[in-house]
Amino acid sequence: MKNTPSTSTRLINFLGSMNLAITLLVVVAIASIIGTILKQNQPYTDYQIKFGSFWFDLFRMLGLYDVYSAVWFLTILAFLVISIATCVGRNTPGVLRELRHFRENVQEKSLRAMKHQHNLTTHLPAAEAQSFAQRLLTNQGFRMRQKTADGHTVIAAMKGGSNHWGYWLTHIGIIVICLGGLMDSRLPLMVAEWQGKLTPETRNIPASDVPAISQLPATSFSYRGNVDIPEGNRANIIFLPMRDGYYVQHLPFEVEVKAFRVEHYSTGMPKSFESDLLIHDKDLPAPLEKTISVNHPLIYKGIALYQANFGDGGSEVKLRLHPFSTRYAAQDLDGKVFRDYNLTSSEQQFKLEVNDFRLFNINDMEDEAGKAIKKNIGPSVTFKLRDASGQAMEYQNYMNPVSIKGQNYYISGVRSTPAEPFRYLHIPVDAKGGIERFMRLLSNIQDAELVKKSAVETTRSSMQEATVQNPEVEKQVVESMIRLTMLFATKGADGITQEIAERFPQEKQESASEAFMKVLNASLRAVYVETLKQEGITSELSEADWQFFDDSILAIDKISAYGSPWFVQLSSFTQIEASGLQITRSPGKDVVYFGSAMLTIGVFLLFYVTHRRVWVWIKPLDNNQAEVVVAGSANRNQPEFELYFNSLQKTFQQAMVQEVQDVSSTGNN
Amino acid sequence: MSVPQETIESLLERPSLFKRLTLQDWGWAAVVLAATVFVFAKYSGAMDVYEIIILTLTAPALIAQGWYWKAFQPYSIAVAVCSLLGIWLYGDSYANAEVVFGLKYLFSSQSAIMWMSALFVLATVTYFGGLFTNHAFTLKTASAMTWVALVMGFTGLMVRWFESYLIDPDFGHIPVSNLYEVFILFCLITGLLYLYYEERYKNRSLGGFVLLVISAAVAFLLWYSFERDAAKILPLVPALKSYWMKIHVPANFVGYGAFALAAMTSVVYLIRARGERNNPQGFAATRLPSLAMIDDITYKAIALGFAFFTIATILGAMWAAEAWGGYWSWDPKETWALIVWLNYAAWLHLRFSKGWRGVPMAWWAIVGLFITLFAFLGVNMFLSGLHSYGEL
Ligand code: HEM
Repeated sequence: MKNTPSTSTRLINFLGSMNLAITLLVVVAIASIIGTILKQNQPYTDYQIKFGSFWFDLFRMLGLYDVYSAVWFLTILAFLVISIATCVGRNTPGVLRELRHFRENVQEKSLRAMKHQHNLTTHLPAAEAQSFAQRLLTNQGFRMRQKTADGHTVIAAMKGGSNHWGYWLTHIGIIVICLGGLMDSRLPLMVAEWQGKLTPETRNIPASDVPAISQLPATSFSYRGNVDIPEGNRANIIFLPMRDGYYVQHLPFEVEVKAFRVEHYSTGMPKSFESDLLIHDKDLPAPLEKTISVNHPLIYKGIALYQANFGDGGSEVKLRLHPFSTRYAAQDLDGKVFRDYNLTSSEQQFKLEVNDFRLFNINDMEDEAGKAIKKNIGPSVTFKLRDASGQAMEYQNYMNPVSIKGQNYYISGVRSTPAEPFRYLHIPVDAKGGIERFMRLLSNIQDAELVKKSAVETTRSSMQEATVQNPEVEKQVVESMIRLTMLFATKGADGITQEIAERFPQEKQESASEAFMKVLNASLRAVYVETLKQEGITSELSEADWQFFDDSILAIDKISAYGSPWFVQLSSFTQIEASGLQITRSPGKDVVYFGSAMLTIGVFLLFYVTHRRVWVWIKPLDNNQAEVVVAGSANRNQPEFELYFNSLQKTFQQAMVQEVQDVSSTGNN
Repeated sequence: MSVPQETIESLLERPSLFKRLTLQDWGWAAVVLAATVFVFAKYSGAMDVYEIIILTLTAPALIAQGWYWKAFQPYSIAVAVCSLLGIWLYGDSYANAEVVFGLKYLFSSQSAIMWMSALFVLATVTYFGGLFTNHAFTLKTASAMTWVALVMGFTGLMVRWFESYLIDPDFGHIPVSNLYEVFILFCLITGLLYLYYEERYKNRSLGGFVLLVISAAVAFLLWYSFERDAAKILPLVPALKSYWMKIHVPANFVGYGAFALAAMTSVVYLIRARGERNNPQGFAATRLPSLAMIDDITYKAIALGFAFFTIATILGAMWAAEAWGGYWSWDPKETWALIVWLNYAAWLHLRFSKGWRGVPMAWWAIVGLFITLFAFLGVNMFLSGLHSYGEL
């Protein structure tokens, strides 16, 4: 019975064992890797798309979307802390003993058996040898005890005991850091969720509509969340992201963003983000004013306010909607970012959702020489157009024309999901710098009367040239011109290809297509000439005019796939920016820093201080001489101690033994 | 009493630190102080309080470093002279880099770094040449080349610092802000650490191996600057505009440099251990340093690296607390720093408390380099996060 350790001893042995410690260090390291490979805390729909529902559910169960808060991960960490604590607890008595005990009771035999030992017979009397040894060791910084018994004296000396404090400081430091981290952790939230007292909100609704079960009081012990505050607005809440939802955390004061600024370098890259803040608190006689910027937070009442990012705060945008179809009328809209607008004038219901306004857009462009450069292409508005069935396309339209290879275009990006890159529609800018000529051309090719008129004119003039008069052929040509033009106006080149595919056998399609395109082109050109006439241009068309025509036709061809009945032009704006603040209360921070200081000091003590012991054993001999044994040991850095001990031993030798006097000039190094 | 009393006294008296210092040491301290006062007088207007503290602490640290390692004194002075020369040649026009001979071929940061690169590679080859021919003078030449490479490299960084202000005072920043710059820092720190151990252990046969890892870094550096135009000086993103960068990054690179050195000495350990087993009279078992010495250097390097990596990680946490509002966000770079740290903590425990030595520990130290390398490069290349400043 005596030899079998009790369960608790076994448990302590297990927890404090070095094997467990090393295993845990490696396990924590490996477990940490997961969260760096799988991007953490993304929207759950992204994971679902990426992994498919089986793996998505499995990974969710394993907590892989937020590994560092997963119960199993925290359990490993807790194990590590317990293991360190056990280890320190077990070793501390030994460490204290090691520090307190000089080991003056050491036996002569064991001294002589030590790796580092040296014995000599000195001509000095024992008392003198003893005082020499004491002075030497004191000068070397040793503390010592002395014991005389059984006709001999032992001086037991040591220094560098702080090495053991190093062990203690490192390991306690780690525990303190973990405790500090725990104070700032979301563990209380997780426990409350477990008990069913809290659930994160997952809907995208105004903070005021969030139910109480997802709200946290201003008295919370620690939190870290974000809020976007538009210039001139106030907030007294922040959002704490939690898995696929969030909590609304109340603050004990109100934050107002008076102004937000972005400064730019000469290259157009942002140089600094700054917010002028006002803190409104009933405890303050007047609101506290302070400007924060990245790396320069404000700390008020233990709550830190950081400049984290920025975004739109509901800019006002004036939009002009140019219809692509003559059936609709143009209209103007005074919009605001983050608002939705119903567009009723079309036969279909649309909802326009304004999502973002950006003053600067630094894009990859080509300069004149064709080299890739980054260039600011000015303001843009981003919006979604949602049809009655709920399907939406997203658009990003730039306000100013962009020059590409010397030609100016209005640019609009379109995509159906955020995962896609934008496809672009390039609308050429007319001679007056506007979009009117393009729009007129577009409406003209939808105007059957006008198309017919210009078709007849061109056919006549070409027939006159050919001096063949045939009303039947003329009628046929004109008819196909009108039909093809109308088809192109509604469905683009695809529409024509489709018709050919339906009407002609495979082998004839190519020649048919060639003929069709010729006819279409002639008609479009005729309409274009007519369009310019309406502008009052009757002279011979220039190369630039024809370039405009080619670009217009390319654009018109894409309209059917563009998905919007309007071209939305941003005509003016008033920018309102929102400052993205991160607001935290982390009472554990100073604890963590304290633990870090312990850890740092401890590591240096461990590596750079050696606990050295030296014993000098002196036994008086009859002839007023003495026998001396010098021995030493160190717990670290053996090679260095060997050098040290050799020089120490040489010093003893020189001072105590006559014969060596001759060689003493060689010195000790 | 036949031993003269004063001899015994001299044996007893441990000379105090100040008595052990030579005139040269005092001269060194005077130079450092004078330089600090000069910098302070000239630039204190442009520094915030933290930077003044950093400068004030840098002076005693430099003095102590020079006292502790004498070779550091002439080295720093050479760097200072070359840097000042470069700065003086620039005057106030960045365009001088292409015009003035001394800049175009020597001291503009790009030229100086090219010299550094060439000399490191040359020194690597020379070290190996000296090792294989057992030719002491060749090995000495290799050391000298390494010293010159280090002077040029450090000069390059100092001049680059000045250049960044010359291009646009708004752009000015310490050159430890992107992958290109820290790679240079890595080469320099690893080189300096190596030379320190070389002198300390009076053995030059490890040089080629350690410089191999530096040469690899140089190869990357060259590819990176030619292929990706990485040498271009760009302004800092707002998150990096902090005095923390000045201490966090260099502390980190003492860690990385020391770990890299330990891995390379471990390679030598493996070669020698194999040599002793297979052919005790052969080259590997006789020319390479003893296993005990390599083991000692490896341990010392890992200990030094661990200590500095601990500090660097803590400084990083403090910076994160100031820039991102949280001292620990489990961002990939942070997490990988933790992984590196835990890995070496495990290594140290095995060695110290379980007394593991020899071949397995050498292998572990080599694996450690790959983990370190991933933390240093891989994270920037493959993972994205808050730390994505030095993307490839
Ligand atoms: C994150 C976790 C840990 C870190 C960073 C850490 C760090 C260290 C360091 C740096 C040393 C010094 C090694 C040397 O002298 O070269 C050390 C020694 C030691 N550690 Fe840990 N440690 C950790 C966890 C643990 C755990 C869990 C245990 C308990 C089982 C433990 C027990 C020891 C012991 C017994 C020593 C030897 C002390 C001595 O030789 O004086 N450590 N530790």
